[in-house]
Amino acid sequence: MESLLGRYRNLTILVAVLFLQVLGLAVQVKRSPDAENTRLIRRWAVDLVTPFERGLVWAQNGGNNLWHNYFFLRGVRAENRQLKEQIEQMRLEQVRVREDATQAHRLQSLLAFKEQFIAKTVPAQVIGSSGSDLSWSIYIDKGSNDGIAQDMAVITSGGIVGKVLRVYPATSLVLMINDQSSGVGAMLEKSRLQGVARGTPNGELILDRVMSDEKVTPGENVLSSGGDQIFPKGLPVGTVSQVGPGREMFLSIKVKPTADLSRLEEVLVVTEKQERAPVAAESGGSVRAADILAQRLPSVPDKPPEVAGASPAGTAASGATGEAATGAGEKPQAHDAVPSLTGTGTTVEVVKKVTPKPATGDSATNGGARNETGSSPALRATSAASSPTPKSATSPTKPAMAPPKPSNNAPTPQPATEDSPH
Amino acid sequence: MRPLRNLQPKIVPISVPITYTSGEQIEVYRFSIPVTVGAPLLALFLQAFLPRRLPFFSIFDLPLLVTIFFAMARRNPISGLLTGAAIGLVQDMLGPYPIGIYGIAKTVVGYGASSLGAKLDVENVGARFLVTMGFYLVHAAVYFTVARGMVNLTLDWSWSRGILAGLANALLGVGLYFVLDKFKQRT
Repeated sequence: MESLLGRYRNLTILVAVLFLQVLGLAVQVKRSPDAENTRLIRRWAVDLVTPFERGLVWAQNGGNNLWHNYFFLRGVRAENRQLKEQIEQMRLEQVRVREDATQAHRLQSLLAFKEQFIAKTVPAQVIGSSGSDLSWSIYIDKGSNDGIAQDMAVITSGGIVGKVLRVYPATSLVLMINDQSSGVGAMLEKSRLQGVARGTPNGELILDRVMSDEKVTPGENVLSSGGDQIFPKGLPVGTVSQVGPGREMFLSIKVKPTADLSRLEEVLVVTEKQERAPVAAESGGSVRAADILAQRLPSVPDKPPEVAGASPAGTAASGATGEAATGAGEKPQAHDAVPSLTGTGTTVEVVKKVTPKPATGDSATNGGARNETGSSPALRATSAASSPTPKSATSPTKPAMAPPKPSNNAPTPQPATEDSPH
Repeated sequence: MRPLRNLQPKIVPISVPITYTSGEQIEVYRFSIPVTVGAPLLALFLQAFLPRRLPFFSIFDLPLLVTIFFAMARRNPISGLLTGAAIGLVQDMLGPYPIGIYGIAKTVVGYGASSLGAKLDVENVGARFLVTMGFYLVHAAVYFTVARGMVNLTLDWSWSRGILAGLANALLGVGLYFVLDKFKQRT
């Protein structure tokens, strides 16, 4: 036996070494790929390599900064001018987007949706990769000392990058979305079809689990759906580049990642997310929407109590106000709440306030929305500015004779939600 | 007359390699400790660092080339397989998958390259090119087998990509071996 082992010594050692590695591999696979059993030896390897990577990245950035910030400033003025023009265009765009966002938030708040917001991020620099062409992962220069934890989302301004897989004191390993073992809850922007964005062995990104009878067109944006509990909803994932028949009943959808995953330099790690119901207006405190609206509108003289109780005018006004409860540009609301408006003197009074100056601001819109939830007659009436208001209720020629009257003077029944709109 | 007991031929074991290269006696090389440790570490470092800056570099496998070089130069199967195992395991530690996939693949390559190096002329550029390409494919085959069979990774093998990567690695390997030849020391 001894002579046999001596004769085949090389082969015996080969088999022994292979056996030990297979055994170790089996233990890891059986426990979990993310188990802590290999943490220490992985840390040794990372500590061996990453200091050099950090040093090189630091030197490279230093050189780049020196060159670009002190020597190579050609074209900076032209670029500055161009950027200013771009800012102007973006401001205009922002106004439109803000309106849309406000409307979306209002609708979400009506349905008591809760949304995840990115509350805090930590910028990090990419210092290296896993060193394998079969896995897509990167090392960043922030670790547990900087508040990084496992499964945190990693993003750039372009889109999502991946999630934190392993955390070391000064570095972290990030598994990118195009790695074959990663998966991101995703959805198509237009059709809202949901699927799973996952990587392929050669580093491509595909959108999986979309039924073959659905229509998906190249060029459509793919966003995170928030279903994975890692990436907040609505972050850009990529753009559909190719659609074809896939396995079984699903489509094969190739996605081009929005973030340039092969040339990442800086990333943001989402260290804190907040889950809260979206608010329609950002005005703080306990200011009521009706008060805001009252301040924005021209004042009208106080009406005697008997006029306020005039039911015919009130009915007419309410008939008009029921159609445009949320201000300019919005679709008419359902008429089922109209009966609650009729016969209230306050309604008439507020409609008269509205008429000279239409309420088009955010507060008015939002206030209207908030009051809808509580079916407040007063706020429904104020939004009549954008609707064909009955002549009997309008008095554009009336001069402003009194300071803005707080609506709480009126005996309007206010819902509980209005008192604390936020 | 006394019997001539001591005149019988005595067999002494000689540990001289009896392999040959191109008809000449084979030379077994060794390396200084800084080169033995530093070259694999540098290869691992560059493999981790360069693909982020030069994306095309991910097609190369520098640790594999270093494994093949050391194995062929030392011509000792045990040394070759241990070098391969060590380099492969460190490469695994840097990656996201379980430790051992690269370790097993490079152990096999280290053993094979040193065994082959003891029988063939591996100083020749053509031989080096072919051996490197062959071992790249062997490495990929073992890696895929272990990854699919044990770790359940869904790897897709592409012959075109495999051969292209093999050619690229063989080309780089020929240049790299030329540089590393400078650090060889005769035994």
